[in-house]
Amino acid sequence: MDKTLTTNKKRNMILNIAAIAVLIGMITFLQFNSADYTYQISTLERACCYMVVAVSMNLLTGFTGLFSLGQAGFMAIGAYVTAILTIPVESRPSVYYVDGISPVIANLEVPFFVALLIGGLAAAVIAALIGIPVLRLKSDYLAIATLGFSEIIRALISAPQFNRITNGSFGLKNIPGFPNLYVFFGIVALCIVLMVLLINSSYGRAFKAIREDEIAAQSMGINLFHYKELSFVISSFFTGVGGGLLAMFMRSIDSKTFQVALTYDILLIVVLGGIGSVTGSVLGSLLIIFGREWLRFFDEPLTVAGVNVPLFRTGFRMVVFSVLLMVVVLYYRRGLMGTTEFSWDGLFGWFKKLPSRFGKRTDRKKEDTK
Amino acid sequence: MKHLKKAAALALSMILAAGLLAGCGSSSSSSGSAGGASSGGEKVIKIGVFEPQTGENGGGGFQEVLGIRYANQVYPTVKVGEDEYKIELVEVDNKSDKTEAVTAAQKLVSEKVSVVLGSYGSGVSIAAGQYFSDAKIPAIGCSCTNPQVTQGNDFYFRVCFLDPFQGTVMANYAKDNGLTKAAIITQLGDDYSSGLGSYFKLAFQELGGEIVDEEQFQTNQTDFKAILGNIKNADPDIIFAPSSITTAPNIIKQARELGITAVIAAGDTWENSTIIENAGADAEGIVLSTFYDESAPANKEGENFVKGFKDFLKANKQEEIIPAVSALGYDSYLTAIKAIEAAGSTDTVAIRDALKELTTEGVTGLIQFDENGDAAKDMAFIKTVEDGAFKFLTTTSVEQ
Amino acid sequence: MNTTLFLQQCLTGISLGGAYALIAIGYTLVYGILRLINFAHGDIFMMAGYFMIFAMAVFPWYVSIPIVLIATVILGVLIERTAYKPLRSAPRMSVMISAIGVSYLLQNLATYLFTALPKGYPEIPILKKIYNFGGISASLVTFLTPVITIVLVFLLLQLIGHTKVGMAMRAVSKDYETAQLMGIRIDRTISFTFAVGSLLAGVGSILYFTDRMTVFPFSGSLPGLKCFVAAVIGGIGSIPGAVVGGFILGIGETVLVAMGYSTFSDAFTFILLIIMLLIRPTGIFGEKVTDKV
Repeated sequence: MDKTLTTNKKRNMILNIAAIAVLIGMITFLQFNSADYTYQISTLERACCYMVVAVSMNLLTGFTGLFSLGQAGFMAIGAYVTAILTIPVESRPSVYYVDGISPVIANLEVPFFVALLIGGLAAAVIAALIGIPVLRLKSDYLAIATLGFSEIIRALISAPQFNRITNGSFGLKNIPGFPNLYVFFGIVALCIVLMVLLINSSYGRAFKAIREDEIAAQSMGINLFHYKELSFVISSFFTGVGGGLLAMFMRSIDSKTFQVALTYDILLIVVLGGIGSVTGSVLGSLLIIFGREWLRFFDEPLTVAGVNVPLFRTGFRMVVFSVLLMVVVLYYRRGLMGTTEFSWDGLFGWFKKLPSRFGKRTDRKKEDTK
Repeated sequence: MKHLKKAAALALSMILAAGLLAGCGSSSSSSGSAGGASSGGEKVIKIGVFEPQTGENGGGGFQEVLGIRYANQVYPTVKVGEDEYKIELVEVDNKSDKTEAVTAAQKLVSEKVSVVLGSYGSGVSIAAGQYFSDAKIPAIGCSCTNPQVTQGNDFYFRVCFLDPFQGTVMANYAKDNGLTKAAIITQLGDDYSSGLGSYFKLAFQELGGEIVDEEQFQTNQTDFKAILGNIKNADPDIIFAPSSITTAPNIIKQARELGITAVIAAGDTWENSTIIENAGADAEGIVLSTFYDESAPANKEGENFVKGFKDFLKANKQEEIIPAVSALGYDSYLTAIKAIEAAGSTDTVAIRDALKELTTEGVTGLIQFDENGDAAKDMAFIKTVEDGAFKFLTTTSVEQ
Repeated sequence: MNTTLFLQQCLTGISLGGAYALIAIGYTLVYGILRLINFAHGDIFMMAGYFMIFAMAVFPWYVSIPIVLIATVILGVLIERTAYKPLRSAPRMSVMISAIGVSYLLQNLATYLFTALPKGYPEIPILKKIYNFGGISASLVTFLTPVITIVLVFLLLQLIGHTKVGMAMRAVSKDYETAQLMGIRIDRTISFTFAVGSLLAGVGSILYFTDRMTVFPFSGSLPGLKCFVAAVIGGIGSIPGAVVGGFILGIGETVLVAMGYSTFSDAFTFILLIIMLLIRPTGIFGEKVTDKV
C-alpha cells in the first residue's frame, strides 16, 4: 500500500514535469514558428485571457458560492487602465484625435506589467466599494447589482464627458502587444497559480465553508462579510488583470467589447468546466474558444451529397452553444470536472474504470438541496 | 429521468460527431480545391475579404462582399510578370465585433493572403489594422470612413472618402438649402457615428450655422422620444443623425410621430433599403451622402459594372439597386489586382509600394492614394428618398 | 424648459413606465413564488414581438393579438417546464444559471431564425393614429399604455385576492413546502404563475413595440433587466410595488434624457438599484423578511 503510494507519487511528479516541459516546448515551438501559426496563436491567447477571468469567476462562484455577473465591467476597468498606461506617449495625440488627452495622463507611461497590476488593483478597489452594500444581501442581489454595475462602467467609459481620458466613443488603439509568448503565458500561469495557492490556503477553506453553509460557517467563527468581501475583491483583481491581458491581446478596445455577452461567455466556460474546479475552467476556456473557431462551419451553408442542409446558416453556431449550455445545466450539472480537480491518479483511475462505465452507470446524484 | 439523461447524452454526442464529420468534410473539400488548382499547374494568389456578415453591420458587409465577389467573377486572374495567377478569395466574418475581428484578421494572416479588402465599419478595421501592418500585408478599406483607419498605418489604404469630408459635404448641403439651425444625434461608443457627428458640427459652425442641440443615445436603444422631445423644443431645420441601419428607422419614425418636420440627414450608412422598408412613408425626404450613384457612371468601367452587376444581383436574389458599398467593394478589388500587376510580384511589401504609386480608374471615379493611404476623392453624391426608393439629388464637391 | 415640452416628456415617461410596469409584474410574480430571477422574461417579451410580426403578416390585428398572447403564454410555460422544473431541488445558483442559459438561447435562436437585422413591427392602425393636443403630439398607444396597465393590474389583484388559484399562488409564495402538504398542486400553480407573467409580458410587448416599431434579438435584454430593477425597487413580490417601480424608472429615465444626460440613462437604473439596496433592501412595498435557519 505504502509502496504503491510512493511509486504513484513519483510517477505523478515525473508526469508533472513532463507536462510542463511539453507545454514550454509547445510555446517555444509556436514562438519560433509564429509566422505560420498566427491564427492558432491568437486563438490560444484569447482562450488564455478568458481563462484567467474564468478561474477568477470560479474563485468567487465555485469556491465562495457568490454569484457575480460583473465580469465584463471589471475587465473593462482593467483593460482601460492598462491601455491608458501603456499606449506610447508619442502616439497618444493620434489616439486622442478628437478632444485631445487630459494633461493628467498625457505623459504617464509605465511598463506593461506595472500597468496590468494597476489595472487589477483599480478593479479590486472598485469591487471593494460595491461589495460593502451588496455583499450583506442575499446572493441574487449580488448578481443583479454586479450586472448593473458593469452596465454603469460601460456607460461611464463611453460618456463624452470623459472623452479626454477614455476617448469615449472612439476607443483606444495602439496598445502595445506582448514582447513574446513566454511573457504572456508566464503571466497567465502566474495568475492561475496564485489563485490556486489562495484556494488551498486557510482563506480558501474559509471560502468553501461559506459556500457549503453560511450559517454553519458563521457559527464556526468565520466573519462572513470579511471573507466574502475578500473573495470578491481578489476575484475582481484577477478579472481586471484578465481584462488588461485582453486589451493587450486586442491592441485596440472600445466600450462595446465589454458588453453583458462577454460575462455570459465567461459563465458558459465556468459552467461547462465545472463550478468549483480550476482545471475545469482551464479546460473549459480552451474548449469553448477553440470550439468556436472550429465550429465556424456551422455558420456556413453545408451541402451533403448535393443537398443543401437547411440548418446550417449564420447564427447556428451560437444556437448550438446555447443548447450545449442548457444541456449541461439541466443534465450534467457537474460540468466537465464537477468540483474535482484534474490529477494523474484521477486520469488513470478514469481509464481503468472506463470498461465498467459503459456497463453500468453509477448514479452520482449527490447534489445538495437549496 | 435516467433514460432521458442517456438519450440527451447520446443526442449531444451525435450532434458533435456529425459536426466533426462535417468539419472534416468541409475542410478537406476546400483544401482539395486548392490542391487541385496547384496540381493543374495553375498558380494561385489569395486575396482576403475581411467583412462583417453577421452582427450590427452584417447587412452592409454582405453588400460589400457581393461587390467583391462580382469583381472576382469579372477578373478571375491576374498577371504577375509572365505568369497568370488565379485569384482565390478568402472570406472571413468579423461579426462587427472587435474581439472577433482580431481572430478573423489573424486567420487571414495565417492563410497567407497577399492583400486584404475591407471592412464595412471603421471600428473593426482599426482593430485589425495593427495586425495587418505587423504581418506587412496591405489592406484596402472599402467603406470605412473614419480617419483613424489609415492614420499611422503604413499598410492600410482606402478607396472611399473620409468622415471629415463627408461631414463637410452634408454641412454644405444644409447651408445651400437654407437650413441654418442643426441638431445632432450620435451613438455613444460608436466611432463612426460620433466621429461623423463631430465633423459635421465643425464644418457647419464654420459655415455660420448654429447647432441648437446635441444628443447621444446608447447602443441598442430603441426609444428616442425623450431625445427627440428636446430636439423638437430646440426647433432645428435639419437633424443630422449618423447611425447604423438598426437605429435609423426608429429615429425617423419617432421624430415624425412627435411632429418634427425638420429634414433628417445622415451619412453613407443610411443608403440601405432596410431603412425604407422599416420606416415606410416616414422615410420620404430623408437626405444622405454616399459614394456612388448608378445613374451617372464615371467611365467605361462604370458602365459595364452597372449592367453586369445588376445581373449578378438578380442571380443572387437581391434587389436590383446597386448599393454604393458594393461599388466600393468592386473598386477595392480592382485596385488590388492593379497593384499586384504593377508590383509584378506576390510579395506583400512590393504590392504595398505599388499601391502608393497607383492610379486606377474605378467605378466610383479616379482612385489615387495620398501619403496617408486615402483615396483623394472630392465628390459625394447626395440622395434622398422619394416614393419608397432612393433618388439621386445632387453631387457636391469640396475643395480640399 | 417650457410647458409643452414638459408635458410631452411627462407623457413619454408615463407611457414608458406603463410598459415597464407590465413586464416588472412578471418578474415579481415569479420571484415571489420561486425566488428566481427569471432572466428569460425579457426575451419572452422580445419573442412576443416577433410572434406579432408573423401573425400580422397573415391575420388582421384583432385576430393576431389573441394569437400572440396565447403563443407567448405557451412559450413561458414551456420554458418553466423544460428549464426550471427539473431543477426544483437544485441549488438556487443552478436555477439562475439555467435562467441565464434560456435567455442566451432565446437571443441566439432569434438571431438565427430572424437575423440580427431589425424587423419592422407591424402597425395597428387604430393604435398608431396620431393625436395632437396643443403642441403635444403622440399616437394613441402612448396615451393608452398607462391606462391598460392600471386596468390589468386591477384585474390581476382581483385574481390573486379573490380566486382559488390566486389563493394557491399566495400560499406557495408564503411557504412552499407547507403549501404542498396542504394539498396545493405546486407544479400547476407555478405554471399558472408563469402563464400570467408571460401574458402580461405579451401585452407589454404589443404596447412597447407598437410605440417603438422595430424588434431585434436583443431588444428584450435591457428592458428586461431594467424591469427586474423596477420590481426590486418596488419591493420584490409586491405587485403594486412593481407598478410603482416601473413608473419611477420610466419617468426617471425620461427626465434624465430630457435634461441632457442620456449617457447615464441606463446607468441611472442601476445606481437607483444600488442606492435602494443600501437604504431599504426590501424595496418600497416589500415586507421585512428574516431568513429561516
